[in-house]
Amino acid sequence: MAQLNLAAISYSWLPICPLAIVAVSAMIVLLVGVHVRDDESESLGALTLVLLSFAFMFTLGLLGRSGIAFAGAISIDNFATFFELTILLSVALVVLMSIEYAPALGISAAEYYALLLFSTLGMMLMATAGDLIVIFVGFELMSIGVYVLAGFLRRNVKSSEAAIKYFILGAFSTGFLLYGIALIYGATGTIKLAAISAALAGPLATNPLLLSGLGLLLIGFAFKVAAVPFHMWTPDAYEGAPTPVTAFMAVGVKLGAFAAFLRIFMVHLNLASAHWSWVLWVIAALTMTLGNLSALVQTNIKRMLAYSAIAHAGYILVGMAAAGPQAGGAILYYLLGYAFTNLGAFAVVIALERRGTAGDRISDYRGLAARHPALAGVMTLFLLSLTGVPPLAGFLGKFYIFSAALNMGMIWLVIIAVLNSVVSAYYYIRVIVAMYMQEGGAEPSPLDSRPALIAALTVAAIATVLIGLYPNPYMAGALHAFTSAFGAVSPTAALLVR
Amino acid sequence: MPLGLFIFLAAIAVLSALGVILQRNPVHCLLALVLTLLDMAVMFIGLGAVTVGFLQAIVYVGAIMVLFLFVIWLLNLQAEDRGGSRQLALKFFGVVGAAVLIAELFVFLVKAPSPAGMNHPPPLFGSIASLAGALFTNYLIAFEATSLLLLVAVIGAVALARHPAAAGSLSPAQGAQPVASGGSEARPVTPEHKAGGMG
Repeated sequence: MAQLNLAAISYSWLPICPLAIVAVSAMIVLLVGVHVRDDESESLGALTLVLLSFAFMFTLGLLGRSGIAFAGAISIDNFATFFELTILLSVALVVLMSIEYAPALGISAAEYYALLLFSTLGMMLMATAGDLIVIFVGFELMSIGVYVLAGFLRRNVKSSEAAIKYFILGAFSTGFLLYGIALIYGATGTIKLAAISAALAGPLATNPLLLSGLGLLLIGFAFKVAAVPFHMWTPDAYEGAPTPVTAFMAVGVKLGAFAAFLRIFMVHLNLASAHWSWVLWVIAALTMTLGNLSALVQTNIKRMLAYSAIAHAGYILVGMAAAGPQAGGAILYYLLGYAFTNLGAFAVVIALERRGTAGDRISDYRGLAARHPALAGVMTLFLLSLTGVPPLAGFLGKFYIFSAALNMGMIWLVIIAVLNSVVSAYYYIRVIVAMYMQEGGAEPSPLDSRPALIAALTVAAIATVLIGLYPNPYMAGALHAFTSAFGAVSPTAALLVR
Repeated sequence: MPLGLFIFLAAIAVLSALGVILQRNPVHCLLALVLTLLDMAVMFIGLGAVTVGFLQAIVYVGAIMVLFLFVIWLLNLQAEDRGGSRQLALKFFGVVGAAVLIAELFVFLVKAPSPAGMNHPPPLFGSIASLAGALFTNYLIAFEATSLLLLVAVIGAVALARHPAAAGSLSPAQGAQPVASGGSEARPVTPEHKAGGMG
């Protein structure tokens, strides 16, 4: 028997503490769920929240630490910690939204919360991964959980359709991703991100095998962030999935995918940016334009928000095309604001949804301001933030990203992006007009009996305003997080990774 | 591996491979394919590639073949119907494909380097021990995360496949109502795919 050289690996538990807590939490929820009666499933949601807050505390403790663990499989830095914190906050909001929603639709709570937590684990794994295999496994862990969650309303044809479409196309995109990883491994002989970026400094930079690998990797990620032309699944999947799951897909999956996307391309493949920057330029322009134009004609609010999510992926890709630390920090800030704003908008959709006739048509929002001024008020807030109206989070996010792109000389791309923002104002404000200036519409189920949903709405609304009004701490944190990840790729760090 | 043993195994491989294409019943074809793959696994182990041999047995025979079997049962395939005129094109392309494969094999055999000229791998290369060494050191995180991935797949399969009456807090009377606008009843299992068939 060969002796395992265990001493050569640093088995430090600290960097994977948040991951371990989330993994154990998922199993706890599953086991406790066996003993929880169906009419007490709220307690399971509360337990999930408590466990998530534990993970959040531990992740907070990791701020400022950086290093590599488990032979380079885990790389811990502020970039990873920033994403982990944002993901945990988003999932906590999704759980708050689900607490009253899940029992009303007969969703079995134990599996629901367990799968939610496992998907979260996959996202966090993608954010903190240091090699391509861990990114791939995290990608799958995230995806498979969400495929199942999308189909949780089994009696609903649309939910099943959403799950099947998402699953088939998602499995396809996974194939692209894995093939890309294989080609990159073939070209460089390593799967460690730091070693790949070190290899790019050499003659490998224009290796056709490596470049095709990069292209396939890009397709895999473009599927998951719903960038044109790989966005086809998005509207159907978002419309059919249970609404909290839709929110989870629009925010959580995007956070996880962008975490790995940014880390691979903007940090570790930065040296090759000449090869991929123009591709992202084209994808960003297409994604923004197609997303916004398609959103104009939607009559279902979930489909409209789906196309809006596509458009927002386009804005983020503008920042990625700009490729630089300033753009990276801007994207992180943007994602933070986007997470709260979008979760808030979906929480309002949940508030209006009822059994039997799901109130998710835009015409159902008519006259909402007269009946529920508070609900209409926060919806207006979220929609204005999505449009990019100051002083809300969405405005500054767009401002930082566009100015970063301008600094890199991408004037035309910024012009396209700004024109798109103007177009997007039409369909966001259309909902506001319906709420304030039209009559009729659907009656939302009474909010008084849904304290968790009210809590989610309040948190999202406060965060949307706060991140917009006091951007400095968040922006500074985001910028620092991104530059700290950059620092980890110095040649000396690359040498440390065997 | 002694030459006699190799010839014995090779003969079984060829015979069972012929069995795959010459039998009428798809399940029999599949069993012949399982035999072929198991035989190859034994050959791999005999040649010293123990890990590859076991992977062959586990992945191909254990997983992929069972999947084939499920598909055959699911589609209820019967013995194939031979002698139709449209089979001609299929046969033609089959012959062309076989010819190309044989040509490729011939080229490779002619150009193959002699064993003496090959680089010999390090002693433990490809052994179970070195696989375990890699899995539990460099790839520990990926390994553990994969085990969680399998757990997620099981939970997801159970959550989706469980009988609707058992899921959620709905009483039977409530459960019969469609949940959302597009809702429909769970599709009943139709007997037609049992009664029908191609034979």
